[in-house]
Amino acid sequence: MYKILEKSYFSDNVVKLVVEAPRIAKARRAGHFVIVRVGDNGERIPLTIADADTDRGTITLVVQAVGNSTRKICALRPGESFTDVVGPLGKATHIGRFGTVVCCGGGVGVAPLLPIIKAMKAAGNKVISVLAARTKDLIILENEVRRYSDEVIIMTDDGSYGNKGLVTFGVEQVINREQVDLVVTIGPAIMMKFVSMLTKKYDIPTVCSLNTIMVDGTGMCGACRISVGGATKFVCVDGPEFNAHEVDFDELLLRLKAYN
Amino acid sequence: MDIDYISNRDAEWRQQLRAKASAKERVAVQRVKMPELSPSYRVTHRLEEVNQGLTVEMARNEAFRCLDCPNPQCVTGCPVSIDIPGFIKNIERGDFSEAIRVINRTSTLPAVCGRVCPQEKQCESKCIHLKMNSQPVAIGYLERFAADSSRLSGDKPMQELENRNGIKIAVAGSGPSGLSFAGDMVKLGYDVTVFEALHEIGGVLKYGIPEFRLPNAIVDEEISALQSMGVKFVKNTIIGKTVSIDDLKADGYKAIYVASGAGLPRFMNIPGENLNGVMSSNEYLTRINLMGAGLPDHDTPVLGGKVVAVIGGGNTAMDSVRTALRMGADRAMIIYRRTEDEMPARKEEIKHAKEEGVEFLTLHNPVKYIGDDNGRVAVMKLQKMELGQPDESGRRSPVPIDGAFEEIPVDLVIVSVGVSPNPIIPESVNDLEMSKRHTIVVDDTSMQSSNPFIFAGGDIVRGGATVILAMGDGKRAAENMHRFLSQK
Repeated sequence: MYKILEKSYFSDNVVKLVVEAPRIAKARRAGHFVIVRVGDNGERIPLTIADADTDRGTITLVVQAVGNSTRKICALRPGESFTDVVGPLGKATHIGRFGTVVCCGGGVGVAPLLPIIKAMKAAGNKVISVLAARTKDLIILENEVRRYSDEVIIMTDDGSYGNKGLVTFGVEQVINREQVDLVVTIGPAIMMKFVSMLTKKYDIPTVCSLNTIMVDGTGMCGACRISVGGATKFVCVDGPEFNAHEVDFDELLLRLKAYN
Repeated sequence: MDIDYISNRDAEWRQQLRAKASAKERVAVQRVKMPELSPSYRVTHRLEEVNQGLTVEMARNEAFRCLDCPNPQCVTGCPVSIDIPGFIKNIERGDFSEAIRVINRTSTLPAVCGRVCPQEKQCESKCIHLKMNSQPVAIGYLERFAADSSRLSGDKPMQELENRNGIKIAVAGSGPSGLSFAGDMVKLGYDVTVFEALHEIGGVLKYGIPEFRLPNAIVDEEISALQSMGVKFVKNTIIGKTVSIDDLKADGYKAIYVASGAGLPRFMNIPGENLNGVMSSNEYLTRINLMGAGLPDHDTPVLGGKVVAVIGGGNTAMDSVRTALRMGADRAMIIYRRTEDEMPARKEEIKHAKEEGVEFLTLHNPVKYIGDDNGRVAVMKLQKMELGQPDESGRRSPVPIDGAFEEIPVDLVIVSVGVSPNPIIPESVNDLEMSKRHTIVVDDTSMQSSNPFIFAGGDIVRGGATVILAMGDGKRAAENMHRFLSQK
């Protein structure tokens, strides 16, 4: 079980894994995540599901090697298996017909954004995707995003591809140009914080997906808790998606560093 | 030997045993003291069990103290109605494998219960010795002795199994309630599959209760006993997420027992509670017990604390504070808003904690945590309390003393003020009646929910109780589900 059927590289330390997990593939919806573990002494790591194929019984995960456990995940080879995969966890994205939806993703956040882009498009929305990364090589899944988006705007910090500037620049361009009914943002916490500040200024409803520290992922430990609208919420069971304008991003940024 | 013969009070051997000594002679014997690791040794050895268990001689002496009452009240104090004099008298006569057979008739996890049950509030509180101004028979120690000696001798008695009926039953959760239910149902002939969300079987027995109180190897023995009886275990599967109730029906399951536990830790909603270094006891204990944080070659991190405050007075609070000492704390404190008399923890845990050097700050309640520049907790502010009038639970409720505050520097705070039921299964089923406290509503006697396919018990129904009450629920649910399915 949980065998890696395919592996490809987006960059040196960002990999895409297609994993055998038929039950999860069948049950998952856009926005769901899984918890994986490598080795009998491994850590439980939450990863958002990027895609699924119910016929093949697989889910797709995109992982960036940033610490010990994610490096172990990225080192898995085709034919090898995760020790454990459990899910789908969290609440699925609320998909509806909103009108014009801006989906903005940063770094590997584009991977979990893709199923939302697909579902929003399928629900009849006009989807404008804004993809951002430090540099050209770190822009991932561009072709897949193009397939389901009405328009794609690329932003790089160094200007090596698309427009030079931060993701907020691209989003604001769209806002200044046309009516935007919903913004969905997934990426580094600091990026989501600035997207949220921007859209709050324009009073545009905004959903963010949080990737906090977790242990069990089922509500049991509370490691993932975060203040939303002044109340403590558990990202694993109440989220992972929240109204971005209510999320205390400064608290989130501190909590992400708990074990650094 | 015939089970009735070994548990029948009127059997010849038992009559002879009773005739051997008078009640006076039996009461004259002092209650046994559990051999323990020394406090200084055990706080530096996190994986070693504190209670070492009785020797054969100690156990037989203690069993001798039992008067073998004609109307034993201890049995009424046991949530699973173990025939207590029945097993104790088998210990007295030196037949330990028969003792465990008597226990196994009604209990699935004796090695666990003998270690973690609050006996002083249950069986032992009803012991006739108390009326004779004597210490109660150490029933818990003897239960553990019977289970351990049967395990160590390797002559596991075969369980009496009914013929297989092939009817598929699902269980959500492999904690004490689910295991107890599964054991009883497989004995009745059902085809039982237990689904567990985590990557280990055992639920709170694994992630919650530390090694020094309940070794995982003991839990694994009990689980493999169930496996050998035919119970199937499926890990990494969440009912309501990975597999829905409808999926189970489509797979041919005829009913489910939901024992998914009280998986949502409560916090106090006070300022600074989301600082780093403030965490639930569930998180702290799961990292250490389930994930092996702090052991060589284990990947899961845990925050170390030199000055650790644990908020709460239950068993989980005691487990957390004693774990903190073993993880290297210089100072470990229990912060509790009432007095020691009101603490829900087992007496033995409080005693052990004190021996190990835990400070008890009773009549104190945290009101605020203050962080350092990096967002890590640095100071806790406590409100001093006094006892007021009794509340609806009969306990005198603590009231704040005006203006009496104290600030104590801390670098780790573990919040252990209770748990709420896990919402995952209730949220995935439409026609399930829930209480205001988010527990599943069941019929008190049958344990059946508003959805006839679903029975439930343990903390998902009680909202936070003990291992043995959870097991008692599993037992009743099994009896009643069997009756329900037999009538169909």
